[in-house]
Amino acid sequence: MLLALSSDQELFRETTAKLLDELVPVGELRRLRDDPDGFDGTYWRRGAELGWTSLLVGEQHGGGSISGQGLVDLALVAYEFGRHAAPGPLLVTNVVAATLDENGGDGFDDVIKELLSGESVATWCQAEPPPNDGLGRTFLDVRVEGDDVVLNGVKRPVESGSRADYLLVTGRTGPGLTQVLVPAGTAGVSVSPMHSADVTRRFSVVAFDNVRVPLHSIVGEAGTADEQVERQLGRAVAIGNAEAVGAMQTAFDMTVEWAFDRYSFGRPLASYQELKHRFADMTSWLEASHAVSDAAIGAAAAGVPEAPELLSAAASFIGDYGGDLMQDCVQIHGGIGVTFEHDLHLYLRRHTVNRALYGTPAEHRQRLADIVEQEDLA
Amino acid sequence: MSDPGVGDSETFRQRARDFVRANLQPASARTPAGALRNDRTDDEELAEVAREREVQRMLFDADLAGICFPREYGGQGLTPAHQKVLNEELAGYEFPTRLQAPTLSPCAAVLLDFGTEEQKRRHIPAILRGEEIWMQFLSEPSGGSDVAGALTSAVRDGDEWVLNGSKIWTTGAWWSDWGLCLARTNWDVPKHRGLTVFIFPIRQEGLDVHRIEMLNGSKEFCQEFLTDVRVPDSDRIGDIDDGWTVGTRWMFHERMLTNSPLVTVPVGFGHGGTGVSSLVGVAARDAGRLSEPVVRDLMGEARMLDIVDRELRLRIGEGIATGSMADQSAAITRLFSGVSASRIRTIGFEIAGTAGAAWTDDDGQLAFSGDDYLMRQVSCIGGGTTEMARNVISERVLGMPRERLLDRDVPFRDVPRGRASSRS
Repeated sequence: MLLALSSDQELFRETTAKLLDELVPVGELRRLRDDPDGFDGTYWRRGAELGWTSLLVGEQHGGGSISGQGLVDLALVAYEFGRHAAPGPLLVTNVVAATLDENGGDGFDDVIKELLSGESVATWCQAEPPPNDGLGRTFLDVRVEGDDVVLNGVKRPVESGSRADYLLVTGRTGPGLTQVLVPAGTAGVSVSPMHSADVTRRFSVVAFDNVRVPLHSIVGEAGTADEQVERQLGRAVAIGNAEAVGAMQTAFDMTVEWAFDRYSFGRPLASYQELKHRFADMTSWLEASHAVSDAAIGAAAAGVPEAPELLSAAASFIGDYGGDLMQDCVQIHGGIGVTFEHDLHLYLRRHTVNRALYGTPAEHRQRLADIVEQEDLA
Repeated sequence: MSDPGVGDSETFRQRARDFVRANLQPASARTPAGALRNDRTDDEELAEVAREREVQRMLFDADLAGICFPREYGGQGLTPAHQKVLNEELAGYEFPTRLQAPTLSPCAAVLLDFGTEEQKRRHIPAILRGEEIWMQFLSEPSGGSDVAGALTSAVRDGDEWVLNGSKIWTTGAWWSDWGLCLARTNWDVPKHRGLTVFIFPIRQEGLDVHRIEMLNGSKEFCQEFLTDVRVPDSDRIGDIDDGWTVGTRWMFHERMLTNSPLVTVPVGFGHGGTGVSSLVGVAARDAGRLSEPVVRDLMGEARMLDIVDRELRLRIGEGIATGSMADQSAAITRLFSGVSASRIRTIGFEIAGTAGAAWTDDDGQLAFSGDDYLMRQVSCIGGGTTEMARNVISERVLGMPRERLLDRDVPFRDVPRGRASSRS
């Protein structure tokens, strides 16, 4: 998280943190373990009232940011979501709301309103089944037939797929990408739950079998959504990174506490140099994760040319080094660290799942290599 | 002299840009100084030093030297934001590499913190004009990380001090002018309480500079032997026996490295003074392996580390400047940059393939990657080891229990200094 927040941002972050403490303490997260949605509507509406879903939406559509840079403000919420391992479709609903807002969405006015109030949630159907799940790869077929648009293909994992009221589907029309907003329950859409490494979020397989919706369901223009989809991916990476850093912070803080409290051979774990040095390494990874995540979010919010490079640097670093940090936290806890009873796994899960979504560290390194080649070797 | 304090940073930027473009040459494609490569003759090295002094003088005359140094000592009295602007405008141009660390920081920084008015007026303007290059006489052959265990002695003789002992790991002492030296003035108190800091010219009777040959043939590092070197008491920095107060601040400045606003580092100038991730890309191209996914993975990793290192420096620098982080947090950047620089060396070596084992002059960026790999750990040793940084982070930043210090409350004279003395 940024070192210096404005007083408005700090108030917003603090209010979010308090609401999460109140509504989704770890006891509630455990209770929701077997809930099909993983969160309840009241919780989501309370957050929406606070502004969780309006930060990336322009004022003409009823949204608004705190600082003028909505993504920076949203990242504060995402960071607190990570710190609390909070449930709810924060990332996907915001990505969809921003896209509808950006695409002139007069036809989507009502949907945006529902998302902003928290009455409805939306999700993004982006990734496809292996082996077609590489970062940014899209095969789902979108055809324009007269006044209709027809979708065929499968998306997974789709966050909150069974709970979402609206599905933003990214598909292919010839050489270019097309995005379509499909209401849940449309004929030909089938949603089946997936197993997940997460306990607070739900993921589904969403299949589209000759799904037919009116032409005005296309967001933007058919076959021209490539840049828009890149922007969405950038936002998803930025929000996912902020969440992951929040989860790392909580796990690290818990482990530092543990090291002071736990005695072995008559002295605290924190007095062993081998462990002290591991904590020093973790401190450097954690601070570095904060630093690069914030830099990437700032760049993406400002839309500067360095944004893709910073986002991929952040995702690859936080994924790899953050994973090591998380597993070191488990290791230092010992056996209790791999039990369900201990809370550590809630944060481990948040980081782990985010690492695998919207580009693995290796995929982001390939993107960085592309950038190095274009910039330095041209 | 025009008023350097004038104007907003955009006016300053224009002034810096005009100067840079009119007076400086594009940065040399050659590996920067400090990379510890054996790729220069002594004459070439001396010619580069002379040019850097000249460039420093040009910067001084253009009111662009010592941006964050006070005006009364020849600086510009401007802000870190102005220094950042200068760093941006210098991107891709030559700059006085060898005059930054340790001359401007930690040495000049220590003078600013602890020097007398007379000392500051005498030396800081000379430093900013490029006339004095300084070295840290800090580490000793017997000491390593235990800097406070210095054995170099200073004995009072009237208005003078007489110094004897040996210092080591000074970079380029053979072409430098002044030394900042930590010496022992009292052997009958615990080690931290018997130290004093002095300054003296390097080229003088009784001070022998010996150049150390590193395993790759580089002779950048030196060891000095002090035999009855006489230093006037007016060249003492800080109080007698209070050298550790100075030393603590000294090492803080050292850990700040290029994060210090007192130091000029053009944007894009790689950490550790060595090209880095773009050079890894050049190496991949020179090896003809740009299309190999494994090589691209390594290129991506190197770029990632570069970016993260930069952003971490900015964050910690901001935290320390605004007081939201303790000064000791500088150890976090020191640890990270040391480890990541060594990883980038390994990546370069990996990409070089067999050219890492043996190379020709036509191998471009692949040449020397084997030597660089052999020297890899330098980034984790020089400027305070990463192990010491880990101690500082865990004990001073996280507040974990200190390591037991067996030499803490013992007169330094009685502290064991080797296997033989610990047996008694």
